Amino acid sequence: MTGWSQALAAHSEAASDMPTFTGNRGLQIEEKLIFEQDSPGHCGVDLPDPPAHRSRLGGLERKAPIGLPGLSEPQIVRHFTRLSQKNYAIDSGFYPLGSCTMKHNPRLNEKLARLPGFADVHPLQPEATIQGALELVETLAHWLRTLTGMPAVALSPAAGAHGELCGMMAIRAALTARGDPRQRILVPESAHGTNPATAATCGYAIDPIAANPRGRVDLAALKAKLGSDVAALMLTNPNTCGLFEDEILEIAAAVHAAGAFFYCDGANFNAIVGRVRPADLGIDALHLNLHKTFSTPHGGGGPGSGPVALAASLAPYAPVPWIVHAEGGRALVEHVEGPAANSIGRLKGFHGQMGMFVRTLGYMMSHGADGLKQVAEDAVLNANYLRVRLAGALSQSYPGICMHEVLFDDRFLKDTGVTTLDFAKALIDEGFHPMTMYFPLIVHGALLIEPTETESKASLDQFADTVNALAARAKTDAAGFHAAPRLTPRRRLDETAAARKPLLRWRPESGQREAAE
Amino acid sequence: MRYLPLTSNDRQQMLAAIGVKSIDDLFADVPRSAHLDGLVDLPLAQGELEVERALSQMAAKNVAAGSVPFFIGGGAYRHHVPAAVDHLIQRGEFLTSYTPYQPELAQGTLQSLFEFQTQVALLTGMEVANASLYDGATACAEAVAMAHRITRRSKAVLSGALHPHYREVCETYAQFSGFQVEALKPTPGLADPIDIDNETSCVVVQYPDFFGELRDCSALAARCHQAGALLVVVVTEIVSLGAAKPPGEMGADIVAGEGQGLGNALNFGGPYLGLFAARQQHVRQMPGRLAGQTVDADGRRGWVLTLSAREQHIRREKATSNICTNSGLCALAFTIHLALLGEAGLTRLAQLNHAIACNLSDRLETVPGVSIVNSSFFNEFAVRLPKPAAPVVEELAEFGVLGGVPLSRFYPGRDDLTNLLLVAATETVTADDIDLFAHALGEVLR
Repeated sequence: MTGWSQALAAHSEAASDMPTFTGNRGLQIEEKLIFEQDSPGHCGVDLPDPPAHRSRLGGLERKAPIGLPGLSEPQIVRHFTRLSQKNYAIDSGFYPLGSCTMKHNPRLNEKLARLPGFADVHPLQPEATIQGALELVETLAHWLRTLTGMPAVALSPAAGAHGELCGMMAIRAALTARGDPRQRILVPESAHGTNPATAATCGYAIDPIAANPRGRVDLAALKAKLGSDVAALMLTNPNTCGLFEDEILEIAAAVHAAGAFFYCDGANFNAIVGRVRPADLGIDALHLNLHKTFSTPHGGGGPGSGPVALAASLAPYAPVPWIVHAEGGRALVEHVEGPAANSIGRLKGFHGQMGMFVRTLGYMMSHGADGLKQVAEDAVLNANYLRVRLAGALSQSYPGICMHEVLFDDRFLKDTGVTTLDFAKALIDEGFHPMTMYFPLIVHGALLIEPTETESKASLDQFADTVNALAARAKTDAAGFHAAPRLTPRRRLDETAAARKPLLRWRPESGQREAAE
Repeated sequence: MRYLPLTSNDRQQMLAAIGVKSIDDLFADVPRSAHLDGLVDLPLAQGELEVERALSQMAAKNVAAGSVPFFIGGGAYRHHVPAAVDHLIQRGEFLTSYTPYQPELAQGTLQSLFEFQTQVALLTGMEVANASLYDGATACAEAVAMAHRITRRSKAVLSGALHPHYREVCETYAQFSGFQVEALKPTPGLADPIDIDNETSCVVVQYPDFFGELRDCSALAARCHQAGALLVVVVTEIVSLGAAKPPGEMGADIVAGEGQGLGNALNFGGPYLGLFAARQQHVRQMPGRLAGQTVDADGRRGWVLTLSAREQHIRREKATSNICTNSGLCALAFTIHLALLGEAGLTRLAQLNHAIACNLSDRLETVPGVSIVNSSFFNEFAVRLPKPAAPVVEELAEFGVLGGVPLSRFYPGRDDLTNLLLVAATETVTADDIDLFAHALGEVLR
């Protein structure tokens, strides 16, 4: 060891505890709220004087100040740049958040979505001026119909849960139309929380289905619960344990024999895109999260887009608007009438998440039929590679091959005093975003890992080496795990205190208290 | 394929490590009959250049709003978005992060959401706001559902001057969700005859209303509260609150709105930004995510998602809403745009919009046969034409003017509304645009 590296070693232990005068830590810079940086009267936008006019506000002029702070553009740019530097993102590192499909977001698609011919078009323009937009929507629908094998697709739902709502409403409308109102929806215990929440929003009672010891739907339990009052089964496939429901054809047959519909949560479509068509599995309705499989950016919590592919039996109930071909080009059907006479109605303002449609079509055309198939294969390959790389140290919940994600539980942490949460927080200090924790609910202390196809082998190896090393350390250093993370802008945050006394906005009083501290 | 890092050598090594012969072995759980032979019938992979060329050709078949004199509103507004907004939201740390489930890795998103919630609460005059919903129309339906939960009453009364898409979304949700909506007949320029009884969960009014009129809802709020109902105020043009009295000051219990007008492009209708604000006492009945302030293990201020016991991932079928992914990046764009404007900028922007709309109104009134329906407005109003508005709009488009929305598009079968045209003017409209519009309208009506 040279003198220089010895000197570094001598200081390295203290580095994380070293106090600084500012509270900043090198590239991590403390940043107050914009409300605490107010320079009254200041403004980051130069606007002309309003022309002379006679006010027509009907005596409802705002009298009291709003309370917004004034800042210049450089201050705002610095503020939000600093905030961005406190975020982890797929652009900065591995993000194996199971069930969320955090894959690379190609920048081409951002560029396309910002073309004035898409971004600067109003949804209520005359049809003659939006023919390209309607063509794009139709082209997207064609790709989605081809990939799912289903005859119709409803594009207006704004996100996955909204797509679920659309699908369940279509199912309820179809049952009502045949004079067969039913009351129950069967939902596996491993389902995303949105599934039971959606079914309840749609007025149904929820009946849980247990998993079998192989992590799949227990077919016997399902058959026992199927009856004349079951409206639908809501199933995720591949399921949230990362497993393909290998009895899916039997499941579909049983559901249909009972006169019910088969709804599939397509959140995990990434595992099978281009290789398996949901229509060939007997599915009647399936939503696709364009912000998962088709890589529209998550944006820290949306926007998403959740089109629903529908079987012929459900297609007449799709929400408006519809696109039809008329004399002079494509046209919108915006009301429940004509070809859309049986539609459930409108689910959203205007026509859907156009900005997401453009990105999705750009993504799909870039990959093509061959690239999309490769996406599924590499996603499944990467997950299985991590499965075997981690098999020695972690406890896989359901042994055997997995699809695009692999599920472990906390048996490997037994008697260590380290929890799944502690383990996740320790990964943060190592520069990784943790896997999904404590979901699905059917295994104890779940750790659900979804690498996606856009990780290199080197990236997977580094992650596997890290997880294996942490699993070994967990046996001897519980206190170290309890203290994690130590190297982030903020250490472990007190969520209990936040919920006990919710402070959901800044107020001048609290600002003054902050300043006094 | 440029987005896939694995090489064929990697794939072989990995298959060997897994202990299988081919990728097909990893799909062994898929029933044999469901395996596709070969590829789906779609085009093969293309480079950036080819994809960009194809989509640019589609984009070129649309008329971009910025390329013509433009006067369309109706719930989506074309405002100038400062360049810094789009630059900042495209930072990868914002654009490519997930919902902030691990707060120590998402303080940037969480702090910006806390700032967003504060801005929305201040603008609307309400006590708390959430971290966004999908759009204004779904926010309105969520408000009705929330009023149903709070009052345990089943009937929502919707003003006839509520945006028809918002009304229709409420009606769709109501068909399935155990509440009823009573939608009043639209009467542009006139107040609604609103009846409140002991089954009324809420009254929903829009401000400024769909036809642009501004009405004080203080008296209506008092009537609602006296009858044990809530007042929901919908705002579709958020910039209006820079000039007009906020709904919270008039007694609103819930404000549901569309935030697209700040920071966000027209995008042919989406993605947009659902705003949702309420009184503190109802916070545990609110839908959607909430960012809250807390402290870390060292006692330093930080932010987390909070009150998640309301939400679907914890509460499942008992959740206040099924919403999960919302409009995070659109909320960030809103927050940055509004932070750039600040108090002085928003006030001035609102005055500018109003002044330009006033001048448009004065000018259109000089066109023979045209009259203004409204007695008040912010930046949008209804005009009565001497003939049906729909073909007039088509003809105006041929003159290169996007001259508003015919009300017949929303109200088929309402013959009395056929001649009405809804027009809007924001700060992007120039004096020349107004001249061109008035001239073209005169020609079309001649």
